[in-house]
Amino acid sequence: MGMNDPQWGNKGNGGPPDLEALLRKLNEKIAAIMGSKGGMDKGGSGQPGGGTPMKGVGGSLGLIAAIAALIWLGSGFYIVDASQRGVVLRFGKKVEITEPGPRWHLPFPVETVEIVNLSQVRTVEVGYRDNVKNKMLKESLMLTDDENIIDIQFAVQYFLSDPADYLFNNRMPDENVRQAAETAIREVVGKNKMDYVLYEGREQVAAAATKLMQEILDRYKSGILISKLTMQNAQPPEQVQAAFDDAVKAGQDRERQKNEGQAYANDVVPRAKGTAARLIQESEGYKQSVIANAEGDASRFKQILVEYEKAPGVTRERMYLDMMQQVMGNISKVMVDQKNGNSLLYLPLDKLIESTRPASAATEMPAAPAPATSQSSDNTAAQRARDSLLSRNREARQ
Amino acid sequence: MNKTISNVLIGAVAALVLLSMSVFVVDQRQAAIVFQLGEMVGVKTDPGLYFKVPLMQNVRFFDSRILTLDTGEPERFITAEKKNVMVDSFVKWRIVDVKQYYVSVGGDEVRARTRLMQTVNSSMREEFGKRTIHEVVSGEREKIMTVLREKTDADARKIGVQVLDVRLKRVDFPLEISESVYRRMDAERKRVANELRASGAAEGEKIKADADRQREVILAEAYRTAQKTKGEGDAKASALYAAAFGHNPEFYSFYRSLEAYKQSFKNKSDVMVLDPSSSFFKYLKNSGKGGK
Repeated sequence: MGMNDPQWGNKGNGGPPDLEALLRKLNEKIAAIMGSKGGMDKGGSGQPGGGTPMKGVGGSLGLIAAIAALIWLGSGFYIVDASQRGVVLRFGKKVEITEPGPRWHLPFPVETVEIVNLSQVRTVEVGYRDNVKNKMLKESLMLTDDENIIDIQFAVQYFLSDPADYLFNNRMPDENVRQAAETAIREVVGKNKMDYVLYEGREQVAAAATKLMQEILDRYKSGILISKLTMQNAQPPEQVQAAFDDAVKAGQDRERQKNEGQAYANDVVPRAKGTAARLIQESEGYKQSVIANAEGDASRFKQILVEYEKAPGVTRERMYLDMMQQVMGNISKVMVDQKNGNSLLYLPLDKLIESTRPASAATEMPAAPAPATSQSSDNTAAQRARDSLLSRNREARQ
Repeated sequence: MNKTISNVLIGAVAALVLLSMSVFVVDQRQAAIVFQLGEMVGVKTDPGLYFKVPLMQNVRFFDSRILTLDTGEPERFITAEKKNVMVDSFVKWRIVDVKQYYVSVGGDEVRARTRLMQTVNSSMREEFGKRTIHEVVSGEREKIMTVLREKTDADARKIGVQVLDVRLKRVDFPLEISESVYRRMDAERKRVANELRASGAAEGEKIKADADRQREVILAEAYRTAQKTKGEGDAKASALYAAAFGHNPEFYSFYRSLEAYKQSFKNKSDVMVLDPSSSFFKYLKNSGKGGK
């Protein structure tokens, strides 16, 4: 009869066997004690009652039967964990789904129980195994809408929503998830352009694939609920990786060049503004200084004019001589008395000019026909008072 | 006495054996056919406990769950534009009519699978031949799957099988075409990269040129303002001078000339050749007639 139930003994008995074994052991112990007692009874009371042996044998047989029945009934105990559900089958037909706690079912072969772990999250990896680097290219490479090839690795997490559906509707329920995942992701990727899948649309692609997977699994009544699809990697295939990286770099280059331009602008424009401000300030300064100079000059002139008008002749003469003194005091002079002199006069003007350059000392120039005097005075002469003019002239005469 | 016990035991065992031969259990996941001396006499699709005549009848069980037919290695198909594509798919199927199933394929799953595979393959060949790669990959993928399911299902019913789904997994290019796809992708990316770099350079240059323009404008405007201000200053100064000097132009001319002489001759390198007869030297030779 056991052969009619292929699931028996190899599935869903994580909890109960322990209990069964325990009960069995307990029963064996009881049986051992009872047996020895029975033996003692037999030994002790065998002689007084002649009819007892038959009765004793019958009794021990009944006892054995009772114990066997007890063990059999006890084997129906099982414990359903908090995360589990028990599915009870009576002669292969589903009769009940049991909640967590200690449970009992009619013992084998009438009823069997299969324990299913509901809340355990299971994972299927598509495009890789264990590690993202361990790629399964056959699974991970797929075509996009624009006939490009991309490389996608993702993991699907799921749990069981309906234990009975999970157990009874599909032969390899967990394999369904992988198949649904592969077909769904390829369908979604096939409908989208490469750039969308690789960059901006990753989340949407994952969401669409999740939805499609769930639809497929629901169609198979697999009792599975997809909880999450995690995109581990969505990238161009290795063969073109370099070009893609370069394109990304190019994007950054573009930003860099723009930034450089901006940096240049940020340097040049404020500088120009500074220069402009300087120009304007300078012009303002010029304006004010010119006006101030004019005012000063005008004021000076007006004041002199007032005095001049009081005694024009004297003032005029004085101003003229003042000027002449200042001029004569500063420059090199050559005096030529033409009336007495010959018609030919040699004046080494260039030497004269040159000699004044390195030395500031006065140079006497012997002129042939006429006494020529050349005198250079200190630069400070310009600052000398008007009164010194006469005395100096006298000096020159000597 | 012991004999009775053993008799009871033997009887019990015999009864159990007989019982076990005359009942059978159909599991939730199964369907069963009861044969009587090789002849089909009953089909049990509901799970539960059933009786049979021992020795005379025997039972065969069939899986009633959804089964998967996975083609495994991708196969080559040719599309409407005579391009090759590698396709693999899977089929979800289930035995719905056990009797038919037993009659047509002898209850042999391998035979059923082969049959299904053939049907799916020929339908796929037909459907792919009608469509372009683009339609196969993206546009009409769902439609193809629907058509395949309907066709395969119709055929599978003949062997008592229901086809729930035919789904395409991989629809890829063969290796040699993949290489050219990679080359195209490579070239395309290079184009994008160049475009990005060039446009970046252009934008950078534009920003720089704009900055230069701004600089020129700012400087020119500043120059304009500055000249205007200077002009105002000059004008004001001129007005002041004119107002002041207008009182006595002749004296201004004299006064200003003296200033100019002073400014012009102030270095030793300035050489003046003088004639003592000039009025400045009138007292140099002659003290004149003082007090006269």
